[in-house]
Amino acid sequence: MTIMTRFSSWLDHRSGAIDMMHGSGGRATAQLVTELFVRHFDNPLLAQGNDQAAFDVAAGRLVMSTDGHVISPVFFPGGDIGCLSVHGTLNDVAMSGARPLYMSAGFILEEGFPLQDLDRIVASMAAAAREAGVPIVTGDTKVVEKGKGDGIFITTTGIGIVPEGVSISGDRASPGDKIIISGSIGDHGVAILSRRANLEFETEIRSDTAALHGLVAAMVEAVPDIHCLRDPTRGGLATTLNELAQQSRVGMRISEAAIPLKAEVHAACELLGLDPLYVANEGKLVAICAADDADLLLAAMRSHPLGAEAQVIGEVVPDPNAFVQMETTFGGTRIVDWLAGEQLPRIC
Amino acid sequence: MKYVDEFRNGALARRLAAAIVREADKSRMYHIMEFCGGHTHAIFRYGVQDLMPGNVRFVHGPGCPVCVLPIGRIDNAIELAERHSATVCSYGDMMRVPASERRSLLKAKAAGADIRMVYSITDALKIAREHSDREVVFFAIGFETTTPPTAVAILQAKAEGLRNFSVFCNHVLTPAAIQHILQSPEVRALGTVAIDGFLGPSHVSSVIGSRPYEYFAEEFQRPVVIAGFEPLDVMQATLMLIRQLNEGRHEVENEYVRVVTHEGNLKAQALVAEVFELRPSFEWRGLGDVPYSALRIKDAFSEFDAEKRFQVTTRRVRDAKSCECPSILRGAKKPTDCKLFGTVCTPESPIGSCMVSSEGACAAYWSYGRFRQDAGVSGVRTHKEAAE
Amino acid sequence: MCLALPAEIVSLDREKDTAIVSLGGIKKEISIALLEELAVGDFVLVHVGFALHKVSPEEADRTLAMIKESGEDPLEEFAA
Repeated sequence: MTIMTRFSSWLDHRSGAIDMMHGSGGRATAQLVTELFVRHFDNPLLAQGNDQAAFDVAAGRLVMSTDGHVISPVFFPGGDIGCLSVHGTLNDVAMSGARPLYMSAGFILEEGFPLQDLDRIVASMAAAAREAGVPIVTGDTKVVEKGKGDGIFITTTGIGIVPEGVSISGDRASPGDKIIISGSIGDHGVAILSRRANLEFETEIRSDTAALHGLVAAMVEAVPDIHCLRDPTRGGLATTLNELAQQSRVGMRISEAAIPLKAEVHAACELLGLDPLYVANEGKLVAICAADDADLLLAAMRSHPLGAEAQVIGEVVPDPNAFVQMETTFGGTRIVDWLAGEQLPRIC
Repeated sequence: MKYVDEFRNGALARRLAAAIVREADKSRMYHIMEFCGGHTHAIFRYGVQDLMPGNVRFVHGPGCPVCVLPIGRIDNAIELAERHSATVCSYGDMMRVPASERRSLLKAKAAGADIRMVYSITDALKIAREHSDREVVFFAIGFETTTPPTAVAILQAKAEGLRNFSVFCNHVLTPAAIQHILQSPEVRALGTVAIDGFLGPSHVSSVIGSRPYEYFAEEFQRPVVIAGFEPLDVMQATLMLIRQLNEGRHEVENEYVRVVTHEGNLKAQALVAEVFELRPSFEWRGLGDVPYSALRIKDAFSEFDAEKRFQVTTRRVRDAKSCECPSILRGAKKPTDCKLFGTVCTPESPIGSCMVSSEGACAAYWSYGRFRQDAGVSGVRTHKEAAE
Repeated sequence: MCLALPAEIVSLDREKDTAIVSLGGIKKEISIALLEELAVGDFVLVHVGFALHKVSPEEADRTLAMIKESGEDPLEEFAA
C-alpha cells in the first residue's frame, strides 16, 4: 500500500465509478487509497503507508476474529454495510470479554460501483471505528469485473485483549445459570426486509447495529465470571441459544413473554410469516451467568444505553439432548429448533 | 395487533380447555380433521393438542397448496425458467420445494435461472412492466384465497396490454378435496381413517363463504365448523364440533363470523369466474386425480396462460420412494410413521413437500418438536412434570 | 394455509384501487380491487397484498364473548 499525495486530477467522488484500474495496484489504486480510505480512516498507523501495521501490545490473552460482510441493500434504515462491518467484527471480539484494539479492512469492489456510495460507506466505517475508539490500521482493495460481485463486499478483522480473570466461552453454560438478552430482538432483520425489492413496507424500525464492547466492558466489570456471551446475528436468538446449548451440552428453557419484541417487528414478522426468534440482530447480545450473579449483571446492563431493555429470558437446565424449550405466551411449551435454511417470507 | 392478540389469550385457552374436558364424552373418541395447514400450524405452534383431553384427536388434512402440488408441476416451473429463459416469479413458499432429481426453484436459481421471490402477484406485474424484453411468468399456487388476486392481475395485464406476462396456473379448490377425502376408501369402506368432523378453512371461506360446505355436511353426515386461524378460534370451533357430535347433529357452523359470511366475497367470486374455469381433473399429491378440483385460465385470456404460451406438458413424477407424504396428506399416516422422517428427511434436506412448507404436517412436527416430547425423549419434560 | 392478517385502512386511493393499511405500526400498500365500499378506519383481512374481506368489529366482540362464555364452569359458579 503506497500513500501518494500528488495526482494529476482529483478522484471524482460525485459521479465517478470504480473501474478495473482501481484494482490494478498502480497509480489509480494508490489514489483511491489515499483520497478515500486513508482520508476517512485517518490514523497514524495507516498513514505510514506500509503493507502492514506494527504496534505494541500489553502482555495478556489476545483474541482475534474476522467477519465478511455481504448485504443487500447496502444502505438500510439505521445503518449501512460500512458501520455494520465495523460493528460485526468488534462484537465478535467483544464476545470473549475482550477490549478491541485494532482492525483491518479488506474491500472487494465490483467494477462500476459508484464512488459516491463507496465514499459514504467508508465515511460510515470511519465514524463507527472512531466512535468505538478502535482504529482501522491496515487494509486491502481488490476490484472484480462487472457481474462478478454484488457492488461491495467488506471483510474486517479485529484483535483485542482479554482482561485478567475473564474466561468467557460458549461451553461454560451450566444448569441453573440464567440467560439474559440485552434488548429487543429482530430489529435488524426487519429493517433490512423493509427495503428488499418486492417486499417494501414502511416502518420506523431501524437496524440495531451497534458496537457492544462498551456494554461488555461494563458487564465484565460488574460480573467478571460471566459464563457465555454471544451476539445473536444470522439465525437470530433461536440459533444462538441452540449453539450455546450444544457447546455446553445443556438444555435451555426460555419464556416467550420475557423476550423483548417491538410491536412493529412482531407485526412485520406476522405479515411475512417469519418467526422473530430466527430474525437477525446486529446490536444485541445473549449473556449466561450463575443465578447468583444475574441481578448484578442485569443491573449493569440496564445502566448502559445498549442494555437498557435487558431481560432475563430463561435458565439453563440439564438435558443430554441439548434442546431449547420455550414456554409460549399461550401457555404451552415448544421446542425451539435450529434454523433450517434461510427464512423466506411466505404466503401460507 | 387488534383481532389477533385477543385470540391468543392463554388464560382464556385454559378455561376453554377445561370446558372441552367437561363436555367431551369420555366413552367415545372425537377425530377432527383440520383441513387447512394454517390450523395445523396453529395447533402445533400453540400446543393446542396438549390442551385437549386424550379422546380429542386432530387429524391433519391436505390443506397446504405447497404440499399438494405434484412434482411434475414444479419441474414445469423450472423448465419455464431454464428452457424458455423466462423470469419465473413465485411466493417464497415454493422456493425450496423438491422437484425431480432433488432440484428446486432455489437450486435452479443458483444454477443461473432467473427465478424471483415475490410477496404479491402485483410485484410480478411490476417486473413485467419494467422488463418488457423478458417473458415474465408468475407461478401461481394456492386455494380460493390466493386465486382472486391472480384473477385481478390477469385482468390488469389485459387492460394494460402487457405482452410479456403470463401465469402458470395451479390454483386448486377446497370443497372438491374435502369431498374426495370423504369418498376415499380409507374413510368410506376401510374405515382406516376416522373423521368425525371438520374444522373448516378460515381464509378460503372468507372468499367462498360457508355455503359450499352445506352439501357434504349433509351428504356425508359430518359436521363442519369454520374456524379462524388463531388458537382460541381453533379451540372454540373444536368445542362446537364436540357439541354437534354429542347431539348427533351434522351442520355447517361458523365460528369465524368476524370475517366469514354465508355468501362470501361476491366480487372476488365474480372476478374468478370471469378469468378461470374448472379443469375436468387435476393431480393432487397424496390424493391422486381429483375431478373438478382445480382451475385453468379461460380461452379469452389464453395469451396470459403460460401453459398455452409455452406448450407446457406435465409429466407424472412418482414421489420419492418410501416418502409417506401422500398418506400423511390423506390423514392416513402421521409424520412419525414415515421411515424418512427426521432421518433422511429434515427441513435442511427435505425429501417430501410436507417437510418443506411451514404448513406441512412434517415441518410442524419437526419445528415445534412435539414428536420429541411425545416420544418421551429423555430430558424433555413438560412444565407440569418439572414442577412436580 | 393462506397467511392473512387483519389490518386497518389509513388511506384509500380508489383511482388506483389501492389502500395504505397499518398493522401494528407498519404500513403497507395493498390492492383493494376485491372489495367495494371501504372506508378509512375499516379493518380488512390482508393476503398476498390484497384485501380479501372486511373484518366485522361487532362479530369479533361477539365471538370473544362466546369464547369467554364457553369457558365458564357452571359448577364453579354454583359453588360460588
